[in-house]
Amino acid sequence: MIEITAPPVLLSTVAPVLIVMGTAGLVLLLDLVPPRHSKDHLASLALAGLVAALIVTVWQWGGERRGFRDMVVLDGYVSFFNVVICYAVALVVLLSMDYLKRSGTESGEYYALVLFAASGMMLMASATDLIVVFLALELMSLSLYVLAGLFKQSLASSEASMKYFLLGVFASSFLLYGVALVYGATGTTQIERVAAALAGKTPSAMLVIGLGLMLVGFGFKISSVPFHMWAPDVYQGAPTSVTALIATGSKAAAFAALLRVLMSGLRVATPQWTELLWILAALTMTVGNVVAIAQSNLKRMLAYSSVAHVGYMMVGIVAGGAGGAGAVLFYLLAYTFTTIGTFGVITLCERTTNVEADEVSDYAGLGRRHPLLAFVLTLFLLSLVGIPPLAGFVGKFYLFGAAIRGGYVWLAVIGVLNSAIAAYYYLRVIVYMYMREPEGDVATWAPSFAGGLALTIALVGIVLLGVMPAPFADLALAAVAPLLR
Amino acid sequence: MVSTVWLIPAFPLAGALLNMVFGRVVGRRAHWIGVSALAGSFAAACAVFARVASGDHFTTTLFTWIAAGDFETSVTAYVDPLAGVMLLVVTGVGFLIHLYSVGYMHDDPGYARYFAYLNLFVFSMTMLVLAGNYLLLYVFWEAVGLCSYLLIGFWYTRKSAADAGKKAFIVNRVGDVGFGLGVMWLWTAVGTLDYTEVFARAGTLAPATATGIALLLFMGACGKSAQLPLHTWLPDAMEGPTPVSALIHAATMVTAGVYMVARSRSIFERSGTALEVVAWVGVATAVFAATVAVMQTDIKRVLAYSTVSQLGYMFAAVGLGAYAAGLFHLVTHAFFKALLFLGAGSVIHGMHGEQDLRKMGGLAPRMMTTTITMTIGGIGLAGVPWVSAGFFSKEEILAAAMDGRHWPIFLLLLFGAFLTSFYTFRLLILAFFTGPRMTKEVARHVHESPAVMTMPLLVLAVLTVVTGWVVGIPSGDATRFARFLEPVFPIHDAHHGGVVLLILSFVVVAAGFALAVYLYKVSPLDAPSVGAPRTPVRAFLLNAWYFDRLYDAVIVRPLFRLSDLAARRVDLGAIDGLVDAIGRAVVIWASGFRRLQSGYIVNYALTMLVGAVAVVGFLLSR
Repeated sequence: MIEITAPPVLLSTVAPVLIVMGTAGLVLLLDLVPPRHSKDHLASLALAGLVAALIVTVWQWGGERRGFRDMVVLDGYVSFFNVVICYAVALVVLLSMDYLKRSGTESGEYYALVLFAASGMMLMASATDLIVVFLALELMSLSLYVLAGLFKQSLASSEASMKYFLLGVFASSFLLYGVALVYGATGTTQIERVAAALAGKTPSAMLVIGLGLMLVGFGFKISSVPFHMWAPDVYQGAPTSVTALIATGSKAAAFAALLRVLMSGLRVATPQWTELLWILAALTMTVGNVVAIAQSNLKRMLAYSSVAHVGYMMVGIVAGGAGGAGAVLFYLLAYTFTTIGTFGVITLCERTTNVEADEVSDYAGLGRRHPLLAFVLTLFLLSLVGIPPLAGFVGKFYLFGAAIRGGYVWLAVIGVLNSAIAAYYYLRVIVYMYMREPEGDVATWAPSFAGGLALTIALVGIVLLGVMPAPFADLALAAVAPLLR
Repeated sequence: MVSTVWLIPAFPLAGALLNMVFGRVVGRRAHWIGVSALAGSFAAACAVFARVASGDHFTTTLFTWIAAGDFETSVTAYVDPLAGVMLLVVTGVGFLIHLYSVGYMHDDPGYARYFAYLNLFVFSMTMLVLAGNYLLLYVFWEAVGLCSYLLIGFWYTRKSAADAGKKAFIVNRVGDVGFGLGVMWLWTAVGTLDYTEVFARAGTLAPATATGIALLLFMGACGKSAQLPLHTWLPDAMEGPTPVSALIHAATMVTAGVYMVARSRSIFERSGTALEVVAWVGVATAVFAATVAVMQTDIKRVLAYSTVSQLGYMFAAVGLGAYAAGLFHLVTHAFFKALLFLGAGSVIHGMHGEQDLRKMGGLAPRMMTTTITMTIGGIGLAGVPWVSAGFFSKEEILAAAMDGRHWPIFLLLLFGAFLTSFYTFRLLILAFFTGPRMTKEVARHVHESPAVMTMPLLVLAVLTVVTGWVVGIPSGDATRFARFLEPVFPIHDAHHGGVVLLILSFVVVAAGFALAVYLYKVSPLDAPSVGAPRTPVRAFLLNAWYFDRLYDAVIVRPLFRLSDLAARRVDLGAIDGLVDAIGRAVVIWASGFRRLQSGYIVNYALTMLVGAVAVVGFLLSR
C-alpha cells in the first residue's frame, strides 16, 4: 500500500483567494433567505469580500510565501495581479447592481459566480504548477460561460454562452495536452522545476510542441489572433457587465499565468517563443484594429479593440526582461481601468427602457443630452487611443519603449502605426457624441449611484496613472522580479 | 512626509475643482470657496516664508513624475528666499484681488466659473514659482498661459474678448516655442533639468551654448512678460475683467518672465551676451511703452502700457545684474499696479462700464476712497521721492545703471521715468481732478464701490507706501530686501546713487507732474482733442508705433494666404485624396475579415485548429 502523506497546508498563501471564495459561498447561502425582492445586500457582501481580499493583499505585500508543495506562491507578482483582479471585479459588481435590476435578471448566483470567477483568476496568478494553472483556469472559465448566458431570454446571450463554452473547452484541451507534453519532456509540472530540468539543454521537439499547444490555450483566453474569433460574438451577446469582466479580469489572469510559464518555466525556449509572439503580436494588433474600423456595434468594436490591446501587451512579452514584463503589468492596470470604464458607460445607457444602447449611432448627440457622461466616455476613449495625460498613453509609452530598448524597433513601429489606425474608430464615437444629430431612439442615461461610483473610481484611476505613473511603474517593475530569477 | 509647502498650491486647486464641478450648485456662493482657498494658501505661504526667513532653504519632492531611461523628473518644490517672496506676493495680492472680485463680479452670470479659473490660475502660478526643475516650470508656464487665455476671454460672447484671448495665446506660443527649445537644449547640454544640478553645472557650459540656451529661454520671457517684440497681446488682454488684469496682467503672471530670468541667472551670467540683450530689450520696452501710454485714452490701456514699461525696468535691472533691485521693483509694482488696476476697476464699476478718460472727470468728490487710494498708487508708479515704494525700487535700478556706468541705459531709463510721471498724473487729473464730463444721467448714478472692493484698495495703498520704508531704504551696503535675497543673489558692491541721482529723480518726476498739470489742469481742457491723432507723431504713438499693423501685414496676412493655398490645393487635393484611398483600402480589407467572421462555430474551431497547426509548425521549423 502506498502511503500518502498530506502536504503541509499553509493557508496564508491563498488567503485572498479563500476570502473571495468564502464570500461566494456565503452569497449562495444568503440568497436562500429573505429579503428576496432585492439583491443589493448580496452585491454589498460581494464588494465587502473583494475589499477584504484587497486589504489582505496589500497587508501581505512584500516577501514570498510558498504553500501546498510549491504549487502556489504569494509574492509581489501575485499581489499585483490580485489588486488588478479585485479592482476589476469590484467595479464590475458595482456596475452590475442597477444594470441587472433594469434587465430584470438580478439574481444571487450572479454575484456568487462572479466571485468564483474572481477566485479562479486570482488562483491562476498565484499558481506555480501547471496543473493548478489549468484548474484555476477552468474554475474561472466555467463561471464565465454561465455568466455569459445570464440573459436567458436573450438569444444572443445564450448563443454567446454556447460559443464561448464550446470553443473554450476546445482551447482548454489544447492547453491540457500542452501541459502533458511538457510533463513528458521534463518529468514535472511545477514551473520552477520545469525550468531547472531544462536548464542548459536545447529544447526537445516534445517540449516545443507542448509550448505551442499551451500557447494556443492561452492565446484563446487572451484572445490573440488567430484564436480571437469568439471574442466579438461573445462580447456582443453577453451582458455588458460580464463582457467587462471577460475583457479585463480573465485577460489579466491569463497574462499572469502566461508570463510566468514563458519567462520562468520555459525560459530556455525564449528564442522560439519570442519569434512566434513577434508575429502573433503584429497580427493581433493589426487585425484587431483594422476590423474594429468596420464595426457599427459598440460592444463588437470594443471586442476587436481589446484584441488589439492584447497585441500591444504581447509586444511587451516579446521585448522581454524586467522592462517588458513590467510594462505589461502596468498596461494591464491601465487597460483594466479604461476598459471597465468604457463598458461601464454602456451599462449606464439605454436606448429605450430596457433596451441596451450598444450601437455607435445610439450615442449621437450624447454630448448635448448628458454632457458629463459624454465627457467621461470621451476620456476613457482617449485613454484607449493613448492620448496624454491619460493612463493609456503612459502604458503604450512603456510597452513600446521596452520594445525599442529590447531591439524590436520594427515591432514598436507597427504598434505605433496601429495606435494611429485605432484613433479612427475611437474618435468616431466621440464625433457621434458631439457632432452628429440624433435620429430615432438614442441612448439616454439610466441613473445609477453604484454605476457612477464605479465610473468615478475608474476615471480617477486613468488620470492618476497618467499623471503620476512612476510609483505604479516601479511597483510593476518590482513585481516581475520573482519571474526573472 | 508631505511638506506643508504643497498646501500653498493645494488650496486653490481644491477650490478650482470644487467650483468647476459644483459650480451650478454653489452659484452665488462660489466666493466662499474661492476666497477661503486663497486665505488658506496665503496662510501656508506665510508659514513657509517664516521658515525661509529663519534660514531654512530646502527642496522637497512630492513624487517622481516621469522616469524613462536616464531621464527622470520629479514634482519637486525648490524653496528659497526668491520663491518665498514670490509666493507671498502671489497669494497675498491674489487674496486681496479675490476679495475685490466678490464685489466687482457680483452680477456676473459666470460667477462660479470666474472663481474656478482664478483659483486655477493661483494654483498654476504658485506651482510655477515652486517648481524645482525646468520641465515642471515649463508645464506651469503653459498652465498660467491657459488660465490667462480663459480669463481674457471670460466674456466669450464678446468677439473682441474672444479675439484678445486668442491673440494672447498665439503670441505667447511664439515665445514658448523658444522656451521649449531652450529647455530641450539645456537638457542635452547639461543632462538634467533639476535646478540644483543645473545651477551647479552651468559654469561648465560653453559660453556660446549658454548664450543660445539663455536667449531661447528669454524668448519665452518676452512672450510671457510682454517685452518687445512680443508685447502686443497685453494691451488687448484688457478685454478681461479688471481684477483679472490686476492679478494676472499686472501683479503676477506677467512677472514670471522676470522671475525665470532671475532664477536662471547662472546660465545668463555664463553667457554674458544674453544679459546684455535682456538689459537692452528691457530698456527699449520701458521707453517704448511709456511713449505709447502718454497718448492712450482708455484708462485700462494706459495702465496696460505702463505695465509693459515697468516690466521693461525689471528686465533692465536683471540684465544689469541687479537682480535684487529687479525683484524689489517686481514686488512694489505688484502692489501699486494692482492698486491702480483695482482703482480703475472701481471707477469703471462706479461709472457702469465707462473706461474712456475723456468722459470722466470730477470723480474725486463722488468716490473719495477710490480717489485717495488710486492717487497713492499713482504716486507709487510715478516714483515720487520718499513717500512711495516705487521710488525706492526705481532708484535701485537707476543706481545700478549709474554704478555700472551704462550711461545710455541710465539716460533712457531716466527719460522713461519722466514719461511715467507724466502719464500717471495725466490719468489721475483726467479721471479725478477735472470738471465732470459725463452726461447728467451717468453723473447721477456714479457711486463709491462697496466695502468689499475698497478694503483691498486700502490695504494695497498702505503696502504701497510702507513697503519702501520697511525694506527699501538702503543702509550700509544694501537694502533689507537685497540682504534677504542674498543667499540667492550675492551682493556684489553697494549701489550708491547718492545725492545726484536723488536730485535727478526728483527733477524728472516734478517735470512730468508739472507738464501734466499744465496741459490738463491749467490750460482749458478740450476733451475731444485728448488722444486725438492730429499729427503724424501723435498717430504714431496712439497706434503703439504701428506694431500691430506691421505684424498683420508681414506675418498674419501672408500666413493666411499660405494656409489658404495649402488647405485648398495641397490638403484637399493631394493629401485628402491619398488618405481617402488608404481609408477605402482599409475598409475593404476590414469587410473582408468581417466576412471571415461568419458566426458559425465550426468555422471558428477550424480557424483555431489551423492556427494551432501553424503555431506548432512554426515552432518546430525553428
